[in-house]
Amino acid sequence: MKRLWRFFPALPALMLSGCTVDLLQPRGPIADGNRNMMVLEWAVMMCVVVPVIIATVAFAWKYRASNKKAEYWPDWDNSHKIETCVWAIPIAIIFVLSCISFWSTHFYDPYKPLTQEQLAKEQAENNKPLRIQVVALDWKWLFIYPDLGIATVNELDVPTKTELSFVITSDAAMTSFFIPQLGSQIYAMAGMETQLHLLAREAGTYRGEASQYTGPGFSDQKFLAIAMPTEQFQSWVENVKNGGSRFASSEPLNDSTYVKVSAPQMKAPVTYFADAQSDLFEHIVAKYNNGHVKNPDTGKIMNMQAASDGSASNDTGM
Amino acid sequence: MLGKLTLSDIPFDVPILVGTFIGVAVIGIAVLAAITYFGKWGYLWREWLTTVDHKKLGVMYIVLAIVMLVRGLADAIMMRTQQALAFNGNPGYLPPHHYDQIYSAHGTIMIFFMAMAFMTGLFNFAIPLQIGARDVAFPFLNSVSFYMTLSGAILINLSLFIGEFANVGWLAYPPVSELAFNPGVGIDYYIWAVQISGIGTLLTGVNFFTTIVKLRAPGMKWMEMPVFTWTAFYSIIMILITFPVLTVALACLSLDRYLGMHFFTNDGGGSVMLYLNLIWAWGHPEVYILVLPGFGVFSEIAAVFSGKPLFGYKTMVYASGAICFLGCVVWVHHFFTMGAGADVNTFFGIATMLIAIPTGVKIFNWLFTMYKGRVRFEGPMNWIVGFMITFSIGGMTGVMLAMPAADWVLHNSLFLVAHFHNTIIGGVYFGYVAGLSYWFPKCFGYKLNEFFGKWAFRCWFVGYYVTFVPLYIAGLEGMTRRLNHYDNPNWYPLMLISCVGAFIIILGTLCIVAQLILAVVDAVKGKHDARDLTGDNWGDGRTLEWSIPSPVPHYNFARLPVVRGLDTFHIEKKLGRPAPVAPLEPIHMPKYTGVGAVMGLFTVLMGFALVWHIWWLAGLTFLGLILSVVYRSDDLDVDFYVPVSEIQANEDAFAKRIAAAQAAE
Repeated sequence: MKRLWRFFPALPALMLSGCTVDLLQPRGPIADGNRNMMVLEWAVMMCVVVPVIIATVAFAWKYRASNKKAEYWPDWDNSHKIETCVWAIPIAIIFVLSCISFWSTHFYDPYKPLTQEQLAKEQAENNKPLRIQVVALDWKWLFIYPDLGIATVNELDVPTKTELSFVITSDAAMTSFFIPQLGSQIYAMAGMETQLHLLAREAGTYRGEASQYTGPGFSDQKFLAIAMPTEQFQSWVENVKNGGSRFASSEPLNDSTYVKVSAPQMKAPVTYFADAQSDLFEHIVAKYNNGHVKNPDTGKIMNMQAASDGSASNDTGM
Repeated sequence: MLGKLTLSDIPFDVPILVGTFIGVAVIGIAVLAAITYFGKWGYLWREWLTTVDHKKLGVMYIVLAIVMLVRGLADAIMMRTQQALAFNGNPGYLPPHHYDQIYSAHGTIMIFFMAMAFMTGLFNFAIPLQIGARDVAFPFLNSVSFYMTLSGAILINLSLFIGEFANVGWLAYPPVSELAFNPGVGIDYYIWAVQISGIGTLLTGVNFFTTIVKLRAPGMKWMEMPVFTWTAFYSIIMILITFPVLTVALACLSLDRYLGMHFFTNDGGGSVMLYLNLIWAWGHPEVYILVLPGFGVFSEIAAVFSGKPLFGYKTMVYASGAICFLGCVVWVHHFFTMGAGADVNTFFGIATMLIAIPTGVKIFNWLFTMYKGRVRFEGPMNWIVGFMITFSIGGMTGVMLAMPAADWVLHNSLFLVAHFHNTIIGGVYFGYVAGLSYWFPKCFGYKLNEFFGKWAFRCWFVGYYVTFVPLYIAGLEGMTRRLNHYDNPNWYPLMLISCVGAFIIILGTLCIVAQLILAVVDAVKGKHDARDLTGDNWGDGRTLEWSIPSPVPHYNFARLPVVRGLDTFHIEKKLGRPAPVAPLEPIHMPKYTGVGAVMGLFTVLMGFALVWHIWWLAGLTFLGLILSVVYRSDDLDVDFYVPVSEIQANEDAFAKRIAAAQAAE
């Protein structure tokens, strides 16, 4: 209790200063969009909510029983003019918001790659998106960079001003992959691949979290998303590949070491893998689909069992 | 012999639970001892436990709801204190396994056993009186429904002391609720408690649907039904549509868990998202099932306490109908983050926003009901003003969440948690408590204490904002729900404030409990300052229930009322009631029966046996249930006639009381 009291005088100051309101301080174009939609809706709704609240208090006060001066119409129960207005006002507001909703749901669709305009506006240095495969595990996050051949656990390092193209699955409980300051979240589900496109505008360290409850280790199932300029990112990649980091794992990441990596673990430490098996992600997804998974290059369904047996391009053409 | 149950399943090692158990045991023994001391067992059994009277069942539902409210709030306080402590390395006092059970129990209890029970209680008490009926369509079924709800409630509370409760949230999302992730009995307790109470709710739905359709007083057209009955009717339609979906979803989950099937598992072709669709196809209508009757209560009270008819009755009816329809087609907004296509998300997003139209219309109509009125701020009316302010804000955040592009960052955050508490506390809870103080005098013949009533409202209103505004902000700061501990310094002060708010809410609840205790004490002592002599306790009653004596005689109406339009009682007060032409006749009423209580006992035991895999007991109790139904079906002595002499005596006494009241004025 004593600690509580000491805290109180400082509360307002603490709330105003140095405090990050993640969703209102976005660091990327998608998060900008999320924020803008939220604030816009809030503003439009305030146009009705504030008058309604004022009217509620005003009517309650003015027509209180003790105020005998106020007019009293004991039988008045209908007015076509008012009825028309009370239907028209909400309909008009919801019509406007619905139009905005239609546009924004399509424009900010997590599955949609960023448009050329968005990239140009962000002065994206690299038109080629960085592909990242995300695997939600009990209770940690595995990030595989298929084009770079590396992987990390519980830390997501990305270059700034580059489109990030995520493919997300889960090899345990269903959860949701979310970096509040970069924008939209999307579910991670076993046997399924979901997609998300984000971009980090500024270098910085952003909190990433699992926003759907996953079990006893849920509260610590979080990661840091570290955005850095491209050159710095490249040297980070080199560093990971050389195994020079203090987080470096001595083992490569492949089907056999994955068993250990994916075992349930709370507060898993950050780990870097210098060498990640290129089709590990497909193996993880295929596990739940009788060995079938979509080929990322061709978009066709392939059989991973056959693929690992050597007959690599055994597309079933489903 | 005892299935999975062993002595080690009793949590002797958790001091909080042992303490709770001792507390519950002491209170329980005290209550039992008091009943024995005053020799009330026979009274309790004859007058209450065996009753098929809808009014008494309504009272029992509401007693259950208030006990469960206290239980749910105890869980809430534990969650808020845990989050106020567990910052920066401090683990708090609840380990994840225990904390997870607490928030799961909080949600499950508050929705199924507080809100649903409260709502059914109000239905039971008010609907037959409002439509001028002498009982519900199926009085025995009504008693069975109550015992199903009670059985579920007992089962969920047993889990506190024997075994564990679900640790995955109030909707038990797979795959964490599947056997592979959750081999314990917690989920099984959840499944059976909810299934059993769900059957009770479905039966209530059938019963009241029939009652409203078939038992309206002579002359009562559809558009002359009181608004509360209308909203209840819509709510019942939604119950009939959606509760079977809940039953199926949970049945599939139990098949997964008991027989190793793969409906919702990760592997074997199961689909987690199938469960999400099913559970929300019930879960979203459920919140409208709860809030529509709340709107109905507000509509009744706004009219009576403004001394005016409800503004725009027809609009209210149509708006409720629109909410009923739209409420059933918006469930996907609970998982815009599933990765559905933009068109699907747009459809459900816009459908959700559309609900704001009829709801907004309703708010305006309540406003214009107060306009040019004589607003009296007695007990029930305070809650309305609080509701209109709070619910407007809740509606605003609801529309914000309805837009997928915003929901993608607000999903699963504390912003969402604050939003649904905003609507459930502001709309559902405020409505039901207002209904309680509105109809209490009709039920017992005297008002609830005004002083504590005022303070209950003030504490709940202020407490709500102090608790949940910080949660809105925490949500904007990216704090997700169900965290056991955290290390973000921005969240810490918010959690502290929120915890203070929860204690203010507790004060408000204590005021309500004080009101009820005072009511009982006064009833026992037989002294009441505010005894209702005329039956029209609030002076401006408009609907049929205010035309009969308070407390209501067991047969409700000595003569079935003849309805002369909307607000018949109000019309009769203005134009005078026509003298009765026909003489009183004996009234045909159902006899009380203990079969419902026996079935309840069997059901609790069966649920318990299924949870612990005690198959012989499950089989035996199931057989018991079947035999109970057979016994009841074979029992032909189920009704009796109330003699005219008794009715006449009651009517004469009522006439005398009215005359005395008029003389006193």
